[in-house]
Amino acid sequence: MSDIGLAHYLILGAVLFVSGALCMAMKRNAIGVLMGVELVLNGANINFVAFARFNPAFQVEGQIFALFVIVLAAAEAAIALAIVLNFYNNHMTVDVDTAEELKG
Amino acid sequence: MDTQAILFWLVALWTGLCAVAVLVTQNIVRAAAWLLFTLAGAAGVFFLLGADFVAATQLIVYVGGILVLVVFGVMLTAQGPFITMKVSAAEWAISTVVGLLLFTVLAICIYNGFSPQTPANEGMNDPATSMSSVVLGEAFLGIEDATPQQNLTGSKPRTQMGYLLPFEVVSVHLLIVLIGAAYLARAKRRRGAATP
Repeated sequence: MSDIGLAHYLILGAVLFVSGALCMAMKRNAIGVLMGVELVLNGANINFVAFARFNPAFQVEGQIFALFVIVLAAAEAAIALAIVLNFYNNHMTVDVDTAEELKG
Repeated sequence: MDTQAILFWLVALWTGLCAVAVLVTQNIVRAAAWLLFTLAGAAGVFFLLGADFVAATQLIVYVGGILVLVVFGVMLTAQGPFITMKVSAAEWAISTVVGLLLFTVLAICIYNGFSPQTPANEGMNDPATSMSSVVLGEAFLGIEDATPQQNLTGSKPRTQMGYLLPFEVVSVHLLIVLIGAAYLARAKRRRGAATP
């Protein structure tokens, strides 16, 4: 308990992942769904950096992949917010349950 | 219990509780604030893991960039009923059960796959040999390290591949995505509105 190991960081990443996944599933606000995606990506990032710290073979790769994930998350947040704003302009709501034009 | 363990428990509890608060709160403005605290806590975790550059990037890009985008999105769309959107009790119950099950599965896998006492790379505690931004930059460019730490991999030295091409691909991707976002979110003239 006193020594902090790899599993502790992986558990923290799992907490962020589960919170984000539930956030994506539960929130009715489209921006809330986007926050869930950010939480999931952060959980994965914590796993990457923890493996970079505790596994010598991934010392460089873990941090580089974490940097890639951060940059791609920025791109994803920009495009998602543009889509949300467009949806709000067209439908006057951000409730994802009302986006049902493609329902068969 | 040494200093690093105390710091880890403080930062980990902070990050985890804020992440759960993002999920639990119904108010979207409060969720954005909790997300800010979660991202800052994750940056603290990266600092604890010895990844200074990743932590600084996390603070700059996530806390400084993405969160500003999210807050602007909240401000532009938070009109009256959309600030607090209620979720029914049945959905809460199902989500709690599913979340606990998912977390249990993940925790069991982690504890079976990785012993909690995996030794850390001791060299990274030393500032002289730790992963600095210089090492990261060399890895991006594929430059050979002057003093390769062959004892880390044990076997033959790895061939330096370099991450220059993925870096370029990601930067062009980011440029295209930002142009696309600006195109999608541009101010459109409403149909039927009088032209000025």
